[in-house]
Amino acid sequence: MPLKGFWGERMGIVRVRKGFHEARWEEPIVFELSNEGERGILIPVDDKIKREVGDVLSSIPEHMRRKDPPRLPEISQMRVLKHYLRLSQETLGADLNIDIGQGTCTMKYSPKVNERFVSMVRELHPYQDEETVQGALEIMYKLDLFLREISGLDRFSFQPGGGSQAIFAMASIIRAYHKKRGEDRDEIITTIFSHPSDAAAPAVKGFKVITIYPDPETGIPDVEALKAAVSRRTAGMIVANPEDTGIFNPRIKEFCDIVHEAGGLCGYDQANANGIIGIVRARECGFDMGFFNLHKTFSSPHGCGGPAVGALGVRKELETFLPVPVVDYDPARKLYYLNYDLPDTIGKVREFYGVFPVVVRAYAWIMALGEEGLKEVAEIAVLNNNYVMHRILREIRGADISYPANKRRIEQVRYSLKKLKDETGVGAEDVIRRMADFGFHLWTSHHPWIIPEPLTIEPTESYSKEELDEYIEALKEVFREAYEEPETVINAPHRSVIHKIEDNSWFSDPKKWSITWRLFLKKHGGKL
Amino acid sequence: MKKLGLIVNPIAGMGGRVGLKGTDGPEMLRKAIELGAKPWAEDRAVEALKALLPIKNSLVIYTYPHKMGENAAKRAGFNPKIMGSIGEETTADDTVRAAGDMKDVGVDILLFVGGDGTARDVCRSIGTSLVTLGIPAGVKVYSSVFSTSPKTGGELALKFLRGEINDIIEAEVLDIDEDSFREGRLSVKLYGYLKIPYDSSYIPGGKVPSSHSESYDREAIAAELLDIIENDVIYLIGPGSTTKEVMKLLNLDFSPLGVDAILDGKLIGKDLNERQIIYLISGRKAKVVVTPIGGQGYVFGRGNQQISPDVLRRIGKENVIIVATRGKLESLRGRPLLIDTGDESLDIELSGYYKVITGYREYTVYKAVPASTLES
Repeated sequence: MPLKGFWGERMGIVRVRKGFHEARWEEPIVFELSNEGERGILIPVDDKIKREVGDVLSSIPEHMRRKDPPRLPEISQMRVLKHYLRLSQETLGADLNIDIGQGTCTMKYSPKVNERFVSMVRELHPYQDEETVQGALEIMYKLDLFLREISGLDRFSFQPGGGSQAIFAMASIIRAYHKKRGEDRDEIITTIFSHPSDAAAPAVKGFKVITIYPDPETGIPDVEALKAAVSRRTAGMIVANPEDTGIFNPRIKEFCDIVHEAGGLCGYDQANANGIIGIVRARECGFDMGFFNLHKTFSSPHGCGGPAVGALGVRKELETFLPVPVVDYDPARKLYYLNYDLPDTIGKVREFYGVFPVVVRAYAWIMALGEEGLKEVAEIAVLNNNYVMHRILREIRGADISYPANKRRIEQVRYSLKKLKDETGVGAEDVIRRMADFGFHLWTSHHPWIIPEPLTIEPTESYSKEELDEYIEALKEVFREAYEEPETVINAPHRSVIHKIEDNSWFSDPKKWSITWRLFLKKHGGKL
Repeated sequence: MKKLGLIVNPIAGMGGRVGLKGTDGPEMLRKAIELGAKPWAEDRAVEALKALLPIKNSLVIYTYPHKMGENAAKRAGFNPKIMGSIGEETTADDTVRAAGDMKDVGVDILLFVGGDGTARDVCRSIGTSLVTLGIPAGVKVYSSVFSTSPKTGGELALKFLRGEINDIIEAEVLDIDEDSFREGRLSVKLYGYLKIPYDSSYIPGGKVPSSHSESYDREAIAAELLDIIENDVIYLIGPGSTTKEVMKLLNLDFSPLGVDAILDGKLIGKDLNERQIIYLISGRKAKVVVTPIGGQGYVFGRGNQQISPDVLRRIGKENVIIVATRGKLESLRGRPLLIDTGDESLDIELSGYYKVITGYREYTVYKAVPASTLES
């Protein structure tokens, strides 16, 4: 019998936060707060200490000493603290909003208890002796075993610091594999709706990239195009499935078979795994390798380029190509150890063995859920997504799905607001900005922009029905405004940290953009 | 102060409303008026100009009298500088003269309101010496120099005048023969190029702002072509600014609208007709480089009819190289490339999947189908 809460039946009131308002002021850039000579910590240096320590600089070779001090902001500790605390109040973070509008990012809840576990390992140093970190190595070893079960692959490395780096590592393995066999193959095949990094990372590795388009009706990658793409030059295929449209390619095994027949390897971008864990495995799909983003599917928050792990798994035949070190267990010594001895290793894609706190969260998350729980995550993520899609298509005028002939979507949907744009002049970018006025971070869909006015929503399993309903109600409100008072949406946001940016050239013009303060001064002389 | 030139073709688009395909020539115009056609180009011009009101105080509009721009500019709330003079009925010559005057004034951008015919007249007058933008008001708007709508055209001009557009590209002006068009046949020639500010959200096939620049992509495609060009093979370079980029990279003279031939890095034929091409490639291995012309995705049969069925049969499907920028392919929104050589059985032979060059070491496998299958 279900428990009856203190308040009787569920309250379940869905209400759009109409009065929502973000904290808003013009916080200076930390460099602008700098005062010459201001310091965070003043270290007392008297003659006695100088005599004891000696001239430390002399141990650094002359040519390695910097001529000028680094141009860092000069600012006291307390002012730094306040500056960043203020900035933190001007965000729409994952714990503040219903963060389902960042399709492809899998913005789900990361249990706070996992932060307790992470706080226990934060002090570990990567150069610590193995014998002193046996527990940490055991966690990595066991997470490897878990992921083997989830993927059907045979061995994992946690070294790649994110999805793109894992793709880069897969491209490196593909190259090393063919080189070892004495074969000269230089083409990687991908699909247009796989993540753009599936093309970009192999390109950085020196491969030619061949992209295939989907069937224009169903959105499923065109198998005939794949047949036309493979040749004796084919080194491999790297694709996502489901793709960023939320569409799953049911013929993926056939795809892998075609590539194998041509002599290539198949790499699986499983960044979109949240709707298929416990249901579909890389091995049965025919892949030779693949990666999970632990910072998406497995608990760690996916935070703006923050600490991440692209857990890279391979089949037995490719195990010796993995980056080093991997974690092994020596039963004779009863010790876990870092194994650098892989004969075909691609070397390192990053220092050490991976971002350990992310590994810890993934381990804790899997342990908490168990086998059935993992499967339930996928099922609820798919259910939530299809619930949201069903309501949006039924209740919101102006919203369509991409490839409407195919109504099956896995964990996310790339919607198209073309109809809204045609009928009202309000496009996806406007809706995105207006949603911020209701407290939601809705994100731009990344390219390619084949689907007109795209909007990608990924509800995940974390959010309650009330929250999904609130999100839909907010969307409905914005769409109503688009038809009745379009200027409100077009000029949004009105209650956010920043106003609408009219001039995109600050992002697109190499003469204007500055990704560092130093570059900004150089390009603009400190003046806007 | 910024200077904007404005040319309205007052009769543009009148034929379309009454079921005619264009109003080129006095005969057709008379017929259109008889059928009840009303001028609408002026309304379109007003719509575009309204987007420029935010910079009204720092903008001078130069235009021609009355219905060629003056009326529209005033209706939109501007106080334009009037140049030249026109008669009761305007002709193509008025457009040509007006564009020339705008060039003399040195306007920052020239907006012209009309269709392909107007674009052709502007192109004939000033070529690529000014930055221009077409505001669509004609019956035929096949050229790539038009904005998606009058409003977006005005917005794009605003962005350009504010210095927010960095990509200035040469876009195709297509010349459609109205006589055969009216008879249901489409005969398209690539007439020339105009320089336009490029922002993919404002030009047909629009998408949200793109991170890749159209002009960069063209250079990248040319670099890839240079990498794969084989010795002792004749390369026929078809019309299109994407294909001709390779000629620029090789420092070769070329015909922007015609078919040129290169062999081992040297120009061996310029602006070739069908017969010259056949003569040149007889008994030789030859490849042909083409790009989709216009917005519909035609790789053969639009603007490159010199590459005739006879030429293509000699060259063979395996020696057809298609190049297209990512933006161009994305703008097709999944629709296939089209082949319309005039020989249906050849169209079928040539259909299938092509590895289209889309960048340096970048290819996209894309389907091409006979145009007839799409029409039926």
